[in-house]
Amino acid sequence: MKIKTFGRHNKEAFKNIGRNGWMSFASISAVTVTLLLVGVFLTLVLNLNAFGDQLEEDVEIRTFIDLTAEKAQQDELKAKIENISEVKSVTYQSKEEGLDKLIDNLGDQGEVFESLKDENPLSDEFVVKTTDPQDINDVADQIKKFEYVENVEFGKDTVNRLFKVLEISRNVGLGLVIGLLFTAMFLISNTIKLTIVARRTEIEIMKLVGATNWFIRWPFLIEGVLIGIFGALIPIGVLIYGYYFLTDLISTRYPTFFIDLLPVTPFVYQLSALLVVLGMIIGVWGSLTSMRKFLKV
Amino acid sequence: MIEMNDVWKTYKNGIKAINGIDIKINKGEFVYIVGPSGAGKSTFMRMMYREEKPTSGKIIINGKDVGKMKSKNVPRLRRDIGVVFQDFKLLPKLTVYENVAFALEVIEENKAVIRKRVMDVLGLVNLKNKARFLPDELSGGEQQRVSIARAIVNNPVILLTDEPTGNLDPETAYGIMDLLDEINNRGTTVLMATHNKDIVNSFRKRVIAIEDGLISRDEARGEYGYED
Repeated sequence: MKIKTFGRHNKEAFKNIGRNGWMSFASISAVTVTLLLVGVFLTLVLNLNAFGDQLEEDVEIRTFIDLTAEKAQQDELKAKIENISEVKSVTYQSKEEGLDKLIDNLGDQGEVFESLKDENPLSDEFVVKTTDPQDINDVADQIKKFEYVENVEFGKDTVNRLFKVLEISRNVGLGLVIGLLFTAMFLISNTIKLTIVARRTEIEIMKLVGATNWFIRWPFLIEGVLIGIFGALIPIGVLIYGYYFLTDLISTRYPTFFIDLLPVTPFVYQLSALLVVLGMIIGVWGSLTSMRKFLKV
Repeated sequence: MIEMNDVWKTYKNGIKAINGIDIKINKGEFVYIVGPSGAGKSTFMRMMYREEKPTSGKIIINGKDVGKMKSKNVPRLRRDIGVVFQDFKLLPKLTVYENVAFALEVIEENKAVIRKRVMDVLGLVNLKNKARFLPDELSGGEQQRVSIARAIVNNPVILLTDEPTGNLDPETAYGIMDLLDEINNRGTTVLMATHNKDIVNSFRKRVIAIEDGLISRDEARGEYGYED
């Protein structure tokens, strides 16, 4: 396409948007609402996913070793655990290290346990990680049967429940977003249909004098894309500002908040890019739908 | 130039518009298409610029098989054919000049070429002095001359006109006929569907009569032949 022609198509597209001002405004608003919800939803899901990954990473089997076990027997046990094919790593942690860690984790409140250092109630343990967190049940069952294993501990149930909640909210959100995307697409396609009707004599003449089909289509396609992009602007602004505000609020007021949010950059840029692309896709989709139905070129 | 072999057209709603037409029209001819309303005159012409596809049979325009033509080649075909309607189909917000130039702009012609061709053709239809007028500011005859100018600005080899004098008083209609004659004399093949008995009988040309989707008469210097 010649640059001059592209300029003409753009001009026509802007004219079309202006000509059906209220309808264009309605579709831009629909895109705005849709993308705002998509953005909020994505922010939530992506952060929860990151949180979930982090939790999965933390899933481990703590194998407490019987106090009567000698060094040789401990080594034997370690070898046996390492032999289980699903096991990724086995780390030894003495009861002294265990207590230090506990005191560390509890922060200020941990100090009360300092006095226990002389009479450590903990056991030596192996911290076992599996390659796939899903295998943790099986592996724990196997370890439990070994000699010199006092007890095994792992937080599978909590993790599982969290994943269930995550999955449900993800599906509900996805359904909502898809419905909204369709609504926005439908409104855009309606707006463009109005443009096409308003310009039908023009289109008829273009066809008669031999304008190519794409020459006729381009302005409508651009119109759809523009509506999509305009619709993405407000959600992007709101989300960037909101996310900055939220991360700032959490880091200053609630430094011990249990979820680490994804870092502001590059997250907000990725999200913005995604919203613009989504807006454009809805726009193109909407204009293609109306063109197929109303612009038989 | 235009050739039809055993052409049939049945619309999706079952209406049989054309029921086996054979015709040959040579380059440079001037042909009237006459016949009662709904006899198939418009369909006959619409098939020539592929607004309608024949159900069966062969239509050759300028050496190309129009019925079998791929959609992407249709714009190319239409640049060889000018079309004029009874209701002019001018764009009300564009001036006379812009209306004519529009036909060249949308096929991505150069600005310099557009300017020259539009001024030439406005000279031919005698509207140079009204180039800046809007269609509403013109009389019916003038509007029709603008639409003719738009149809021929691209130098098509065929000019199809569907009732070009239908909305005009007799005197203005004669003016349009002189113009079409002039265009024909420059070598353009002109087809004119019409109900105008006076014109057909006073500007004697080849007359093709279509009735019930068939050619009922084809005379070299024919008469209108209907009482209406």
